Amino acid sequence: MTLGLINANPVVHAKKERVARAEDSHADDAVDALDVFDSVRDIRDPEHPYSLEQLSVLSEESIAVDEKLGRIQITFTPTVQYCSMATVIGLCLRVKLMQCFPPHFKVDINVTPGSHVDEEAVNKQLNDKERVAAALENPNLRQLVDECLYSSELYSL
Amino acid sequence: MDKKPSSWISHIEAFVDSSRPPKQQAANVDAIAALVKNDLLTLEALVRDMELYLTTSDHSIRARGILLLAEILNCLMSKPLDGASISSLVEFFTSKLADWQVLRGALIGCLALLRRKKNVGMVKSSEARAVAESYLMNVQVQSLAVHDRKLCFEVLQCLLEVYPEAVEMLGDDLVYGICEAIDEEKDPRCLMLTFHLVEILARVFPDSSGSVASFAGDLFDILSRYFPIYFTHPRSDDLDITREELSMALMHAFCSTPFFEPFAIPLLLEKLSSSLPLAKLDSLKYLNNCIQHYGTDRMIKHAKAIWSNLKDVILNHSPHKTLFSTSELAGNMESEENQIAKEALICLQTAILHLDSLEKNPILSFIVEDEDIEMKFGLVSNEGTGTGISIESRRQLSAVGNILSVSSKASMSGCTRVFQKFFPRLMNILEISASSSSNGCNTNNGTSSLNFGALYLCIQLLASFRELILTSQDFSPQVITVQDGWWCMLQHFSGPLAHALGSALMGARSSELVNNNTGHEHAIYEVKGLQVLATFPGCYLPTSEDVYEYILVIFMSIATERFEDAFLWKLSVKALIEIGSFIEKYHDSYRGISFNRIVVERIVSLFQQDDSTMPLALKLDAISEIGTIGVDYMSRVIKLLEEAILSKFLAVCVEGRLEAAEILVPLLECYSNRVLLWCYTSGNFDEVAMQFALCIWNQMESITIFDKDAKIQDLFDRMMTTMKLLVGGCAEENQSLIVRKAYSVLLSTSFLSEESLPFSSSKLEGLQVTPDFVNLSWRDEWIVSLFASVVIALLPQTPLPDVKLLLNVLTTFLLKGHLPAAQALASMVNKWHVNIDKSEVPNAYTLDEAIEMILERSLLSVQSSSNLGKSDLLNKDERMLSCLCLLNNNSSFQSNAVVGLAWIGKGLLMRGHEKVKEIAMLLLQYLLSNPYKELHSDASGSGDSLDVHTSLATSAADAFHVILSDSEVCLNKNFHAMIRPLYKQRFFSSMMPVLLSSIKQSCSSSMRVALYRAFAHVISDAPLAAVVAEAKKILPSLMDSLAMLSEDVLNKDLIYSLLLVLSGILMDDNGKEAIIENINTVISDLIRLIFYPHMMLVRETAIQCLVAMSALPHARIYPMRPQVLRAVSKALDDRKRVVRQEAVRCRQAWVSMA
Repeated sequence: MTLGLINANPVVHAKKERVARAEDSHADDAVDALDVFDSVRDIRDPEHPYSLEQLSVLSEESIAVDEKLGRIQITFTPTVQYCSMATVIGLCLRVKLMQCFPPHFKVDINVTPGSHVDEEAVNKQLNDKERVAAALENPNLRQLVDECLYSSELYSL
Repeated sequence: MDKKPSSWISHIEAFVDSSRPPKQQAANVDAIAALVKNDLLTLEALVRDMELYLTTSDHSIRARGILLLAEILNCLMSKPLDGASISSLVEFFTSKLADWQVLRGALIGCLALLRRKKNVGMVKSSEARAVAESYLMNVQVQSLAVHDRKLCFEVLQCLLEVYPEAVEMLGDDLVYGICEAIDEEKDPRCLMLTFHLVEILARVFPDSSGSVASFAGDLFDILSRYFPIYFTHPRSDDLDITREELSMALMHAFCSTPFFEPFAIPLLLEKLSSSLPLAKLDSLKYLNNCIQHYGTDRMIKHAKAIWSNLKDVILNHSPHKTLFSTSELAGNMESEENQIAKEALICLQTAILHLDSLEKNPILSFIVEDEDIEMKFGLVSNEGTGTGISIESRRQLSAVGNILSVSSKASMSGCTRVFQKFFPRLMNILEISASSSSNGCNTNNGTSSLNFGALYLCIQLLASFRELILTSQDFSPQVITVQDGWWCMLQHFSGPLAHALGSALMGARSSELVNNNTGHEHAIYEVKGLQVLATFPGCYLPTSEDVYEYILVIFMSIATERFEDAFLWKLSVKALIEIGSFIEKYHDSYRGISFNRIVVERIVSLFQQDDSTMPLALKLDAISEIGTIGVDYMSRVIKLLEEAILSKFLAVCVEGRLEAAEILVPLLECYSNRVLLWCYTSGNFDEVAMQFALCIWNQMESITIFDKDAKIQDLFDRMMTTMKLLVGGCAEENQSLIVRKAYSVLLSTSFLSEESLPFSSSKLEGLQVTPDFVNLSWRDEWIVSLFASVVIALLPQTPLPDVKLLLNVLTTFLLKGHLPAAQALASMVNKWHVNIDKSEVPNAYTLDEAIEMILERSLLSVQSSSNLGKSDLLNKDERMLSCLCLLNNNSSFQSNAVVGLAWIGKGLLMRGHEKVKEIAMLLLQYLLSNPYKELHSDASGSGDSLDVHTSLATSAADAFHVILSDSEVCLNKNFHAMIRPLYKQRFFSSMMPVLLSSIKQSCSSSMRVALYRAFAHVISDAPLAAVVAEAKKILPSLMDSLAMLSEDVLNKDLIYSLLLVLSGILMDDNGKEAIIENINTVISDLIRLIFYPHMMLVRETAIQCLVAMSALPHARIYPMRPQVLRAVSKALDDRKRVVRQEAVRCRQAWVSMA
């Protein structure tokens, strides 16, 4: 497909420490941004053996959750503006969230405004149910997504 | 005899045939050796018959033959043989050393003969020499395989160790031969031997003109190649040799002879500067040993080189952390760095001690005159107030401190020189002027803190000086007067120093201490300094009496006023304890007096005052710590605590001052946890405990009226626990004293004294101590509880007075729902003497009679109301029955009786008594009784009869939990219970079939619930291994009980323990089969439990079980997949995060299965 890497030399950031949640035996634990972040931070970048967190594609701040309305909103920043992998990353995020959260949540995935040359197209593609479904039917794409989600070959710094 | 030859010849043939398996060949050797050992076959005859095998020209057969003979000799090591046959055998094997094809047999044979002990016939010295000669001439060790090389080295070792004078004559030939043999050896097993060989060799040739001396260079050349040992073999393997062992062996070889000195020392010093930490560490260890072994004369010339190398190591590798985390905390960081510094200091100390030539100690001079030290000293001692100390200067500080303290610890002269040089300067920096008056501390006005570097060094010096005095054997004052110069100096300075430290300590604000670590550091060293100053032994005390008392006062004022600063408080209390222990250890009565006056009295009075400025917990801390100083102190503390406890007890129980209970409970805690523990370790437990227990009973006796509110559960429990501990730790005779006392108090209770005592057996049947007639006063309740505690903690052999009465009383209380009474009864039956001589004690019960009696009385209450009437136990005595029918509607008696039965059953089960079956059957019968039937038959039964029944059935089910679970309060090791091994398993396997069949037969649902409850208790309390073994049988019922019990919220803990059993079964191979057989039920039940609303742990564990099940055979679980996935994706919406995360994991496991 592509010749060479799109971003051959990404900037790698340190991982944030995992926050241990305090156990409260009585209260309910509402879904919050950290929950969502914890589930997606370890997704591997399609190109590099680093996690999305390490490449600063995602952070806890870029995620918004409204439990009452049942909405999860993720904004991610591709490492380079012309990144053709942005759709793959978005697809990975969507699949992961489908697996980790109950179906009544509506998930919106967008790239950060101004971070991608084709911003509008990417956003449209990522939030179109039928195109997502179609993409997941494609065995090559499906394999790529699965590799990103379940890869254990992350480099730790 | 005719038959024998043919039989052993066949053994020989079998052995020589090399195609047979080795095991069989070893058996052949053993068989022949056994024949020779038992004199059924002489060695001569054997050799004669083997002649052909030993001399044939076929190499392989000859080798096997000789090997056989050698192996047989190996087995005959302890059989006496005559000189002639040994001689001829040695000669034979010696000659065979030249025959390389049979070398292994020859070596084994030689070794077997050489290793013989004198009492069974030894090889002669000349023959041994012949072996050695032949060996040196014929054997090329390094061309052999590992196993043979090892044998060769063993032969050499044996020769050198057992026949040193014989082989010594071989001189250079031998040493050269050994050099050749060990050269280039690589196998670790052989290396262990070769290193050892060099060591013995050096012992055989100690002369300076000897062969080792002349070959020293060559020998060392061979050894030095291995240094430092680099050995990365994994530890857990067949070799069983570690790097440390190899390194130790090499070190011994290095130190074996002083002739290695010219070669070894330069090598070691060179490797000291290696960058490899391991090499450094090894060089230090070796150097340390070599200094000790090579002797002063040889080593003195290396002194300078050794010092400069050691200095580098110490300065560069001193840990900076030890400053920070003093004494107790430092132990956990045993890093390589720390080890290097530690070894270097040890080595330095050895050097100072050993390199002490006639007139002066060169190393010490180097240290005192060293420019580096001088410079660093200047640097670090001027290092501000500690806040800005960098890690690097910390390192330097600890290095200099360690060097100085090691050199002053080493000897009196070292101490003198170091002291003279550095101490005045340190004082100067600390701005302390030597003055004879004690108020020379004014230079330091208390607010500015002391220079940390100087403080640290100064305290290090003082501490090592004190240690030196303590360790030097002769405590004669002359030692000091010789060196008056510095002694005077110390005396002059110590007063002002103490004042400076004290005022710095007092001046430091607590907020400062809490907020930063430097404050802590300062405090640590200031406290340590004061403590050191106060603990110089006897006549060496540099400080005057005033200063000593000043130090105590400082610590005391911190202990009494600064308790809000926990760190400082702990430090100073600890320092006080150290000072006290020191006085106690050296029997310093003079200083002991002032210690008593200032410290002990003060703390005691503090404890006695009821002012609440100081928290009670700290008071208790302080006072119990003081007690640990020594027996005298502790006995005082004990008295104090006991008085306090008794008076508070009075306050609570008689005057009804409930707030006193809040003090009493911690007092009791302190007493039983700390004081009793200390008494236990120091050995005077018995006396203390007995006295106090009697005191309590006296108190109980004297109080006649209790305040009616004086029943505070917490206090009640604590008091009983204390009593149990007191009694449990006593010896038999003291226990019986206590029991008798307690018994006499028991007799004074209102419910017993109203009766005419003693009970006669004729009165027994009409015993009026029946449950409802007794109206208990608070006093009676206290007394019965405490009495029960005494009974619980008794040793089995301690005699009880008037068992009949006790059984009656305790049973009565049991029926009243008094749990301790039930436990006491259980303890009694558990520890009952089996063989009581009836003729001696006519009134004594046997165990069976006692149980009979208890059962009868308990059952009456149960049965009378529920009209079971099945047990023929009772039918004899109808009068009783009718009498007790009065109690008909009182259900609480029944469930009390059931609980009591459970405890008694537990006592019986633990000792392995048969009657437990009867009790279990009674409980079961109870579960099985049908409430509906009762409703109909019993017309008078009111509407709540059904309710009564259910609650009773529940308590019968819970009785199984009591029987099988471990109890903290009674029937355990501490309270001397008789415990048969595997009693739980036994109960489990005898109960399980009965329970399972009753479940099958049961018809009503309420009965089922009770049965399942009992079943659940039994399987969750029994050992998992036993349950898993029965997995197939119990799994269906297990699943049913999960389904049944999950309907009631109250059962949630039970559900959880059942799930744990299920997950245990899931982990086991047999268990998995059982699960597969019931896969449908298991999965649907688990799915239901995913949504169990009452307990998060249940949901979480259910999902975890499902995750584990995803690993079962694909074909069996695949059909369940949609069902599981549906359920788990619903669980993604769980309220609790943990459950959601488990659900994600579970979903993933089942999705990826496809």
